[in-house]
Amino acid sequence: MAGLVLKGIGKSFGPVEVLRGIDLDVADGEFVVFVGPSGCGKSTLLRVIAGLEEVTSGTILIDGQDVTTERAAERGLAMVFQSYALYPHMSVYRNIAFALENMRLPPAEIEARVRRAATMLRLTDYLDRKPGALSGGQRQRVAIGRAVVRDPKIFLFDEPLSNLDAELRVATRKELAGLHAEIGGTMIYVTHDQVEAMTLANRIVVLNKGRIEQVGTPLELYNRPANLFVAGFIGSPRMNFIRGQVTPEGRLVTPDGKVTLPLPAGHAPGAEITLGIRPEHVLPAGGEAPDAILTVDLVEKLGSEAYLYGTLADGTALTLRSPLEDPARRGDSLPIRFERQRLHLFDAAGLAIRP
Amino acid sequence: MNRVASLLRQTRRPGRLGWTDILSYAYLALGVVLMFGPVLWLVLSSLKTPAALLEFPPSFLPLTQKTISVPGHAQPLELHRVRLPDGSVKELAQVRRIGIQATMIDPANPAAPAIRVPIEAREPIREVAFAWSNYTEPLKQFAFGRYFANSLVVTIAATIITLLINSMAAYALAIYEFRGKNAALLMVIGTLMIPITIVLVPVFLVVTQLGLNNSLWAVILPGAATPTGVFLLRQYMLTLPRDLIEAARMDKASEWQIYSRIVMPLTLPALAVLAIFSIMWRWNEFLWPLAVLTKSEVYTLQIGLNAFQGELQTQWHYLLAMTVMTLAPVALVFVFLQRFITTGIANTGMK
Repeated sequence: MAGLVLKGIGKSFGPVEVLRGIDLDVADGEFVVFVGPSGCGKSTLLRVIAGLEEVTSGTILIDGQDVTTERAAERGLAMVFQSYALYPHMSVYRNIAFALENMRLPPAEIEARVRRAATMLRLTDYLDRKPGALSGGQRQRVAIGRAVVRDPKIFLFDEPLSNLDAELRVATRKELAGLHAEIGGTMIYVTHDQVEAMTLANRIVVLNKGRIEQVGTPLELYNRPANLFVAGFIGSPRMNFIRGQVTPEGRLVTPDGKVTLPLPAGHAPGAEITLGIRPEHVLPAGGEAPDAILTVDLVEKLGSEAYLYGTLADGTALTLRSPLEDPARRGDSLPIRFERQRLHLFDAAGLAIRP
Repeated sequence: MNRVASLLRQTRRPGRLGWTDILSYAYLALGVVLMFGPVLWLVLSSLKTPAALLEFPPSFLPLTQKTISVPGHAQPLELHRVRLPDGSVKELAQVRRIGIQATMIDPANPAAPAIRVPIEAREPIREVAFAWSNYTEPLKQFAFGRYFANSLVVTIAATIITLLINSMAAYALAIYEFRGKNAALLMVIGTLMIPITIVLVPVFLVVTQLGLNNSLWAVILPGAATPTGVFLLRQYMLTLPRDLIEAARMDKASEWQIYSRIVMPLTLPALAVLAIFSIMWRWNEFLWPLAVLTKSEVYTLQIGLNAFQGELQTQWHYLLAMTVMTLAPVALVFVFLQRFITTGIANTGMK
């Protein structure tokens, strides 16, 4: 088990800068998830940590030691690949034992470790099978077993669940969380699925265009996103954004002037502001004075709840969560209110305005 | 058997023979004749006596004059079907022939007086007979066993060395990262454009300098590294998932272990193809062994066969028989490994 420190990591492929100035501290035993849209550099960052890619600039410290120039094999990390990368010509046992054989452990020790990992991952019955004869979930467990058995300094996961079907993905996600609780290793996990990120992580690192946008616990990111990108990326359905200008009376007016919304006090008149509000914090006005009128375009009933997709008078799209029994239908005009404590405000540069 | 029959009865629409079917079958039949005709001709001819070989017009089956032993005659006599002056046709044995007159007797009644018939009136009775002596005699005199052993040693040793060297080169060019990789690949492929006849003399000089003349190593070593093989294996290795190699790197495998334990087992289909090619190349190789092997104890089969072809006369019957013997092992390799060839070639994208 070990901590990881990244200092000013940059990586370019030819003229293309994939990572720029990444600084990150991962504590020993922490479960950190890298999340971001495709092409944001999260997988490259993981491969840089693994030693499969060389950095263009910056330093990597594992357990306080500079490993920037060390090769993958020398860093003592284990990686679970998106494709699992099981050796197709070897049995499950040999797959798991391969790294241990390369480490030249005594055979008895190898046997014991493989058996232990197999028991933990419920693979004991499949040890003699080839990967081709396993289901997706079993292959996934073999790939994890191959990492676990080595007792690595850090576990690296590269979108390990993306090849599984939805049900299995949820089950495997729970198993991974259980695994982390049980063996307590430092884990770094890359995903584009924010649900995985929210459920698994101690801390989430949101990446965009090769930069870190924000680092924080899942709830920190959810409740206090540092900028527009994080606010839009975390949460599903995504946060509603309404762009506008602060009026002399301290309200927000959309560019075409059709919608005015209340703002907390303290914003300079004329400032460009984006107001963000999550779907669950948009409420039907009920008896109170409505903040805006929503024209419903689409109703999605998910069984436990319903989402209404609609537009405001100026054409801004807005989503709100409502109870299932909500009778709203397409074409209805719905008076809505925003929960005042749940408003997120962003300045013209997209950064959060914190009171 | 049933499957073969149903395969041969396939038509485009079930149960109906359309003109496309007829054309397809005619085309396929032509292909069969073109490909197997010469081989069949060779095999049948190898069983003919020297006389039957030189016969014109040639016969397809190995036919010989039917003979019969008749009491009172030391040698077996040739049997002929004779049209007698009275119009009847009889099978008679020929005692002797002088000019256009033949003296015949009835084998059923040897004591009866001989009949003289003009030779146009008789027609030799021939039967199918296999001249196995074409095979047995050279096997006794001609050192077939020795040549066969030499060919076997050359083929097996050269194939093993070829597979080893080519796969290592392919690994370096496909998976290992180093500066100048593409330049190295270009040079390897570039050598494809140099025909053996051009390098024959320089390579001969090198081999002579090394003192390898008249040793089997002179045949084995120079051709061991084939650009074709390197290219074929490299292309196949490029199709191996990169993740596997990286997973092995993460698993602390050295380059050698990645090569021997991950890449080699996964490259087996391509290795099988190259092995088959190499076996065929080496077994059939003629020009280079002819240049470096001058003592008969190191002859390979192909060079040995050449010995039947003298400056003044060629012993066709032996040559053909031994050619069949030479072809057989490669043909067997092909029969048993053709499954690998087709899948392997399909996978390597080679045509």
